[in-house]
Amino acid sequence: MFVIIARAWHDWVGVDITSWKFSLMMQQQQVTLVATQLSRFYHKYCAVNNLNLCLERGQVLGLLGANGAGKSTTLQMLSGNLAPTTGSIQINGIDLLDQPRLAKHQLGYLPEQPALYKDLTINEQLIYAARLQELTKQEANEAVAYARQRCHLDEMQDRLIGNLSKGFRQRVGIAQAILHSPTLIILDEPTVGLDPIQVNDLRKLIRELGESHSVILSTHILSEVKAVCDRVHILDCGETVFSGDISGETVQSLEKQFFDLVGPEAQLADQDVAV
Amino acid sequence: MSTIAFIARMELKRWFNSPLAWSLLALVQFILAWVFLLGLNEYLTQIQPLMVGRENAPGLTDLVISALYLWAGLLMLAIMPIVTMRVFAEEYNNQTLTFLSTSPASITQIVLGKYLGLLLLIMIMLFMISLMPFSLAFGTSLDWGKLFAAMLGLYLLLASFAAAGMFISSITKQPIIAAVATFGFLIFLAVLYISGQAKGSSSSLFAYLSHFGHFVAFLEGLFNSTDLVYYLLFIITFVLMTIRSLDNKRLQG
Repeated sequence: MFVIIARAWHDWVGVDITSWKFSLMMQQQQVTLVATQLSRFYHKYCAVNNLNLCLERGQVLGLLGANGAGKSTTLQMLSGNLAPTTGSIQINGIDLLDQPRLAKHQLGYLPEQPALYKDLTINEQLIYAARLQELTKQEANEAVAYARQRCHLDEMQDRLIGNLSKGFRQRVGIAQAILHSPTLIILDEPTVGLDPIQVNDLRKLIRELGESHSVILSTHILSEVKAVCDRVHILDCGETVFSGDISGETVQSLEKQFFDLVGPEAQLADQDVAV
Repeated sequence: MSTIAFIARMELKRWFNSPLAWSLLALVQFILAWVFLLGLNEYLTQIQPLMVGRENAPGLTDLVISALYLWAGLLMLAIMPIVTMRVFAEEYNNQTLTFLSTSPASITQIVLGKYLGLLLLIMIMLFMISLMPFSLAFGTSLDWGKLFAAMLGLYLLLASFAAAGMFISSITKQPIIAAVATFGFLIFLAVLYISGQAKGSSSSLFAYLSHFGHFVAFLEGLFNSTDLVYYLLFIITFVLMTIRSLDNKRLQG
């Protein structure tokens, strides 16, 4: 009913009160990400189907799923690297598809394989990233110093990225994602390739970032979700099978739920193979 | 604008952080210096005595410098594919394009930044090559107009090679395939010129479509706005196609 009146109002007066009300709502709750009815098809194969996500400031969302469940595709869409077949994405109320430049200022993304140039040093790479965010020289230097210090890269700053180990590259990738202090930070399997001490460090860092920013991370490690996430979103073959907060109770049953939700189909598939 | 300039600057920096740019510059310089010395030697010992006392005799600029730039254009048929192959294909291969496409820079800015980087690299190459004819100015008087026309011609030729190579690099994920395809395309354009000049079956359309027809006019010292427009159209077409091709990657995945 409200929608009909709002449309009529829009037609008569020319003021879109739905979007006005929406943006007011966003400011109150500090919603940083709204993705509605997101689908992605590769030709006829459906990688992500009808995904709805909503994230508030100060939340860490874990995207959980088996291999090929559509986690990376989802994150690629949210980071603006892949256009969704249908659906819309809003970051801080800015539509990612309509105003990509503005929306991408609010976004930090660590892809599955950190996007770093092997022929640059850590410092050069980070300054490049900062300058692409349209920071001035001074601001860029400060942002880089801050990100470097947060990811413990100070002693390594003049090393060539081509000579770094996987773990260090991962850290440079994270530094690159956080240096312009974006509202939304998207991390695709951030702890892969790190040693246990670094994993702990990184989890602590994600929790810290989660206090002032919104973080989405994808993983297939259940304990990681338990350790750092406020909310969890489980995907299976592109479909959302579970979405909710992690309270004390859920933490206990998360593992059971995951296998209940994702498991049976996998078992069926096994039987098919056996037959 | 500053984003485009900054991308171009970092492209150039990455070029000279890797050994590829240095070795290509060294190779081009070495081969063309040899060609230049041969031409100069021939001119001094064989041709100059014949020309004494003639009316309107072709000078040093016509015989040595034009030949040098023609050779440079031919050599670049093989060099430019290696230069342009890494522009996008290597980024796809190493999955580093995400770095640029996640940043607020638009696809147009990324493509223009990378193309500007290539143009700067070409300018350095052209400068290095042109040092050789410039050195002759110490000993003789040069036809500066002709020399600058040849330089402009070579620059436009290389810029058009770069635009075509950049487009081909944006449609494949393998740098080597990009290099081979670009080489094939540039040779095809050269063959168009040859078939346009062939005796008996020559067609002015083929000669018009090819790069070299327009380049040769510059070498003769002719600055014709049609030639300039040909190169500009060629460059704009391929830059626009590169932008479309990248945009398509985002849509198709």
